Amino acid sequence: MRGKAKSKTTDRLKRPAPKEEAVQQIEQLPLFSDEAGPDGSDEDDEDLTDSEESIYSGLEDSGSDSEDDDEEEEAEMNSSAEEVKSGIETAPQGQDATGKLSKLQSKRQKSTPVKVVKGELEKQPGSAALGDEYEQDSSDEEDIRNTVGNIPMEWYKDYPHIGYDLDGKKIFKPIRNKDELDEFLEKMDNPDYWRTVHDKMTGSDIRLTDEQIDLVHRLQKGQFGDVGFNQYEPSIDFFSHETMIHPVTNRPEHKRSFIPSLIEKEKVSRLVHAIKMGWIKPRKPKDSMPQYYDLWAKEDPNSILGRHKMHVPAPKLKLPGHEESYNPPPEYLLTEEEKLAWEQQEAEERKLNFIPQKFSCLRAVPAFQRFIHERFERCLDLYLCPRQRKMRVNVDPEDLIPKLPKPKDLQPFPTTQSLVYRGHTNLVRCISLSPCGQWLASGSDDCTVRFWEVSSARCMKTVEVEGAVKSIAWNPNPALSLVAASLEQSVVVLNPGLGDVLVSSVTEQLISSYVEPEEEKTQAVQWVVPETEASEKGLRLIIRHPKSVKQVTWHGKGDYLASVMPDNGNTQVLIHQLSKRRSQNPFRKNKGLVQCVAFHPSRPAFFVATQRYIRVYNLIKQELTKKLLANCKWVSSMAVHPGGDNVICGSYDSRLTWFDLDLSTKPYKVLRHHKKALRGVAFHKSYPLFASASDDGSVIVCHGMVYNDLLQNPLIVPVKVLKGHEVTRDLGVLDVAFHPTQPWVFSSGADSTIRLFT
Amino acid sequence: MGGVEKKKYERGAATNYITRNKARKKLQLSLADFRRLCILKGIYPHEPKHKKVVNKGSTAPRTFYLLKDIRFLLHEPIVNKFREYKVFVRKLRKAYGKAEWTAVQRLRDNKPSYKLDHIIKERYPTFIDALRDLDDTLSMCFLFSTFARTGKCHVQTIQLCRRLTVEWMNYIITSRCLQKVFLSIKGIYYQADVLGQLITWLVPYQFAHNHPTDVDYRVMATFTEFYTTLLGFVNFRLYQTLNLAYPPKLDSKDEAELRAENDEAYAMDSESYLEKLSALSASLARVVSSSEEEEVELDQFPVEGEDVEQLEARQKEQLQTEAHKKIFEGLKFFLNREVPREPLAFIIRCFGGLVSWDKSVCIGGTFDVTDETITHQIVDRPSLDKQYINRYYVQPQWVFDCVNASLRLPVEDYFAGVTLPPHLSPFVVEKDGDYVPPEKLRLRALQRGEKPENAESSEEEEDEEEDDNDEEEGSDDEDLDEEEESDERNLKKMEQQRAQGKALPVKVTAGKVKAENRARSEQEEQAEEKRLAIMMMKKREKYLYDKIMFGKKRKVREANKLAAKRKVHDETTKAEKKKKKAKK
Repeated sequence: MRGKAKSKTTDRLKRPAPKEEAVQQIEQLPLFSDEAGPDGSDEDDEDLTDSEESIYSGLEDSGSDSEDDDEEEEAEMNSSAEEVKSGIETAPQGQDATGKLSKLQSKRQKSTPVKVVKGELEKQPGSAALGDEYEQDSSDEEDIRNTVGNIPMEWYKDYPHIGYDLDGKKIFKPIRNKDELDEFLEKMDNPDYWRTVHDKMTGSDIRLTDEQIDLVHRLQKGQFGDVGFNQYEPSIDFFSHETMIHPVTNRPEHKRSFIPSLIEKEKVSRLVHAIKMGWIKPRKPKDSMPQYYDLWAKEDPNSILGRHKMHVPAPKLKLPGHEESYNPPPEYLLTEEEKLAWEQQEAEERKLNFIPQKFSCLRAVPAFQRFIHERFERCLDLYLCPRQRKMRVNVDPEDLIPKLPKPKDLQPFPTTQSLVYRGHTNLVRCISLSPCGQWLASGSDDCTVRFWEVSSARCMKTVEVEGAVKSIAWNPNPALSLVAASLEQSVVVLNPGLGDVLVSSVTEQLISSYVEPEEEKTQAVQWVVPETEASEKGLRLIIRHPKSVKQVTWHGKGDYLASVMPDNGNTQVLIHQLSKRRSQNPFRKNKGLVQCVAFHPSRPAFFVATQRYIRVYNLIKQELTKKLLANCKWVSSMAVHPGGDNVICGSYDSRLTWFDLDLSTKPYKVLRHHKKALRGVAFHKSYPLFASASDDGSVIVCHGMVYNDLLQNPLIVPVKVLKGHEVTRDLGVLDVAFHPTQPWVFSSGADSTIRLFT
Repeated sequence: MGGVEKKKYERGAATNYITRNKARKKLQLSLADFRRLCILKGIYPHEPKHKKVVNKGSTAPRTFYLLKDIRFLLHEPIVNKFREYKVFVRKLRKAYGKAEWTAVQRLRDNKPSYKLDHIIKERYPTFIDALRDLDDTLSMCFLFSTFARTGKCHVQTIQLCRRLTVEWMNYIITSRCLQKVFLSIKGIYYQADVLGQLITWLVPYQFAHNHPTDVDYRVMATFTEFYTTLLGFVNFRLYQTLNLAYPPKLDSKDEAELRAENDEAYAMDSESYLEKLSALSASLARVVSSSEEEEVELDQFPVEGEDVEQLEARQKEQLQTEAHKKIFEGLKFFLNREVPREPLAFIIRCFGGLVSWDKSVCIGGTFDVTDETITHQIVDRPSLDKQYINRYYVQPQWVFDCVNASLRLPVEDYFAGVTLPPHLSPFVVEKDGDYVPPEKLRLRALQRGEKPENAESSEEEEDEEEDDNDEEEGSDDEDLDEEEESDERNLKKMEQQRAQGKALPVKVTAGKVKAENRARSEQEEQAEEKRLAIMMMKKREKYLYDKIMFGKKRKVREANKLAAKRKVHDETTKAEKKKKKAKK
C-alpha cells in the first residue's frame, strides 16, 4: 500500500495527459441524464450536492487520489449501482428520485473539468460553511426517509407506523391494507403490476419507469447499466513518461525551505570544533606495503625451538639431473619406444615427470607447460602430505650373509662330475651301491635292472624284469650279494653274481637252504621261487604283493626287508624275513599314506614317513616313540643319519628338513636350497655329508656334522651345488646315493643317465 | 586381576593424534580457514606408526594431525582475525544489499588485517632456520612475480613478489654467493651459498603463463602471503649483514649516471626506481660508506688434528672458491636483444663481469654496442651482420657452463651458430658405479688443468679414445652385473666339455694344456662360497638382501643402458661424418 501511495505521489509530478478523456467518460456515465434534467428540483439539489461534495472532499483529503483511471471507473460503477437502487426505491416519491438523479447530474456537472473540482477543493471550507452538509446524520449516501435503519421490517408489523422520519415523526403505514384479494385484483386489473415494486421501508408501491426497467434488464443480463458505455475503450495510461509542463500541485514552497536549518548549523559547528581541537583527523591512506624490520634481532640460539620433537621438516625437492637440461647429452633423450612407454604409464608411476628434450639454442626453449602445476603440487605436498620420519636402514648386504666355515675347510666332498653311466633308455628311478662300493645297481622305467662297475662306468649286467623298477636296494650285509628291487606288484631279490664268487655262492646256498615249514601260514604275500629261466637271469626270489610296491629297503643286518604299498589300506608296510621267507604286517592300522620307511641303523627302531609326519616305532616294544612334524605338504624321501639320531627328509614342496631326534620333534633346520621338488636325500655312511636331489636338475651336497657332544647342535653348511643332469619332462634328478667309503655321490636322472661326482 | 578395566584407545598413540575433521571442529573453523591456518602455521598431517591403533581399529583412510599441533593452533591470534574477517564479509554483503555506500566505504576502510611476523619468528626461531627453508619461498615468489598483472591474484601481491625477488637478486649480486646455474627445460635453476646454507631456486622462463584450470590459486596465494613476509624479513636481515640500506637504494653515483643517461620518459618516477633496481646493473648504496672493498685477510687457525696437507688442501679450496667468484672479472659483456637479459645480467654481475644491453631492452644499460672494450657479446642467433673483431660472439650457454665449471671454458665450442656441446646439470654428484657422460669426464680433465687436444684435428682420435673408455666401462659394468652368471656359465661350459669328453668314443686326442687362471679360479671359488652362504640365509634377511641387490643391479643396468645408448649414438654420428667426408 505504502509503495503504491509513494508511486502515486511520484507520479503526480508527471501530469496525466489523458485526464480530460477520463472526465468525458464520467460525463457519459450517469443515468437518466435525459429525464433528470427536467425533473430536477432545485430545493433538494443543493443539500444533495453538498453531501456528494463532502464525499469527494473526504477522498481528496485522505490523500488517496481516486483519479486513477481504473479506480475511478470502479467507484463510478459502484455508486451508479447504488444510485440505481436508491432511484428505484424513491421513484414513487418523484421528488426524491429526481433529486437523486439531479444529484448525479450535478456530480457530472461538477466533475466536468477537473480544474473546477480542484478549485472547489481549495474552497472547501467555504462550501462547508453552507451548513447543509450535516443535515443528514448518516454518512451513508442513501437518501434516507425512514430512520430505523437496516432492520427486519417485521418488527413494525404490529404498529401503525413503520418508522420515523428525519424529524422523529412517525411514518405511518398506508391506510389501505392490501389483502390477498386486493393483490390478486390488482394483478388482474393493473396493467403496470409487473413493474410495480413494494418498498418495505416506506410501505409504498413504486412503479418503475421504462428506463429503470431497461436498466434492470440489462443488469440482469450482466451488461453495463449505461447504454452508451463502451467497455472496450482503448486504455490510456493516466501517468505517462512524458513530463508535463504543469506540476501536479501548485502548492507554493514552504517557508522553512528558505530558512537555513538551525539544527544543521549546530551539527556543523560541533564538527568544526572537533576538527579544530584535533579530535577528528582525516583518514590516513592505508599503507599496503608491509613493513620489514630485523625480526631476528634478539635471536637466542639456545632458545627452544618453536616446534616439538615430532617436527619433521619438509624434504627438499630433488635437484635436477642431466636429463632435465635443455640441451642434454644424447643418451638421456628417450627413444621412440621409451617415449611410448612413458606416455602409457600412469602419471604417478613415471620416473621422470617430463620428457627430456633437446633444443639447439636457448631461444628455442619454450615455457614449461606444467610449471604452475608442479609448484601447486609442491604446495599441496607441503601442507597436505602426511609426514613420517623413516629410519633408512643402511645395511651393507655383505653383513647379512651368515658367516659359515669355508667349504674348502670342510673337504672332502664331491666337487666335479667324473663319470656318466649311460645305458638306460628311460628315466632311472633308483640306484643303490653294493656295501663294498664296487658295484652300482640301478633300476629304470625301461624295465631293466643294470649293474655297473663304479670305477669304469661299465655296465656289467642287465636284468630285464617284468615292470618298471621303482626302488632298488643292495643288501647291506657284505657277506651276501643280494639286491632287492620293487617292480609293479612284486619285490624281487636278485643275486647279481658280481664280485667275489665265494660270496655269491654263499648267498646261493643261503637261499636254497630254505626248508619249507610244516604248517603253512597264510600270508599277505606270496613267496615264489622263480623258474629256471628267470633264475638264470639272477632272480632268486619273488615276493608277490597285492598292490604295487613303491619302496623296498633292507635292515642293516641284511635279513629283514621292508616294502611299502601306499595303496593297500591298512597293510601299507610289510616286513619280510628272508631266511624264514615270512612276511608280517607290523601295524594294525596305518595313518595316512606311507611314503617311505627306513630301519634304524643300529637300534630296533623303524621310521615310517607319511605325507606330513614321520613316525618312529620301537620294534621290540611295538610302540610309537616319536612323531616328527615335517612342516611340509608332502614328504618324498627320507634318510637316517648313520648315527641314528638325525633324520633328513625331502619334500615335494622343495624343502629339506633336518630333525635332531634328541632335540625336538620339530625340524632343527629347514633348508630351501632347491627351486623344485626334492626327489631323494641321502646320508654318507662315514663322512659328514648329505645330499639332496631335486627336479631342478641339481644335487646339493651339504656338510652335516653331528657332534658327539649333545650340547652342540649339528652344523649344516652347503658345500657344493652339482649340476649335470638335464631336466627332461619336468623331472630332474630322481635319486641320489653316496659311495659307502669314498666321498663320492651318485645321482640318477630323468635324462636316463647316472652320474658320479667326485 | 583387579583394578579398573582399561579401555582401548584411551592411552598411547591413539590419544596423540586427531583426525582432520575433529581438529576443524575443535578450532571451530571452516575447511578453507583451517587450510589457511595450516599453511601459515606450517602444520601438516603426520603418518602414525601404527595407523590402525590410532584410527581406533578402523582401517578407513584418514589424515591425522598431532594433537599437540592442534592445541598449539588454538592459541593463535590469527584464528580470531579469521573470525573477524568472516564477520566483516557478512557486514559488507549486507551493506551492499542495502545499497548503503557510506557503510560499505566505512567497512572497507576498517577491513580487518593480520600480520604474520610472529608466525615467522615462531616457525623460524633463528635466522639460519629461515634460510634453510628458503627454497620453496624463492621459487614461489619468482613464479608469482612473472604473473600478468591481471587475473589470478592481487596486483599488490605480484608487485610485492617482484620487489622482493629483485631485492634478493641484488643481494646475491652484492654478496657474490651464487654457485651453480642450470638451464633446464622447466626454467633456470640457481644455487647460492648464503651464510653457509645452500639455497636452490627455480625461475621460469619469461613467457606468459597458460593458467591451468585445475589449480587452486587460493592455496598458492596463501603460501605466497606467508612467503612474501618471510622473504621480506630475510632480505632485511641479509641487507643488514652487508651494511646495505634497506629498502635498497642505488649507489648515488650510479644513480646519477643512470638518471643522466635515461630520459625521464621511460617510466613514472615511482615505477622507475624498481625498474632501475631490477636492471641489476647498478650497485647498491651502503649504510656505512666503504670506499673500497677491503679484503680482510683471514688468519689461519689450524684445526686440531689437522696435518699440514689437510691445511694446504683447505687453503687451496679457499683459493679456488675465491677464483670462482671472480671468473668474469675484467670481462665486459654485451647482451644482444634476443638473449634473456635478466638471468644473464644477474649471473654475469654475480661473478664480477660488467654487462650492458641495448637501450630498447631495458633501462640501465651502461655502455653501447659500439664500445670497443667489450670482450664478449652474447648472441643467440645463427649469424650477425656487423661483427667487431676484438670481441667474441658466444652463445648464452657459455656463461652458464663457465659458472658451473668454475673456469673460463674455451669459447670455440660456443660461437654463434655452432652446435653447442651438451649442457650438463651441475647438481649431479656421481658416485662410483654411476654413469658419467663423456662430456663430464672431459670437463674434469680441463679442471685438472690438462690441455684439451686441438679440437678439430684430434677429434677422431678423441672419439676413439672415448670409445675405448666406453668399452672398458661396459666390460667393467658387465663384470659387476653378471659376474655370477658368467661364472656359472663358464663352469657349465667346462663341465659340459668334460662330460662330452667322457662321452666321446674312446679315442685319445692330444689334450691342450689349459692355462690355469689362478685369479680367475679363486674368484670363482669365492663367488660360489658366497652363493652357498646366501643359500643358508634366514628368510627375512634373504628378502632384505634380495631387495638391496635388486636395487643395486637396477642402478648398474641403467648406467649400462645409458652407456650403450651413447655408444650407438656416437657410432651413428661417426658414420654420418664419414659419409659426408666421402661425399666431399
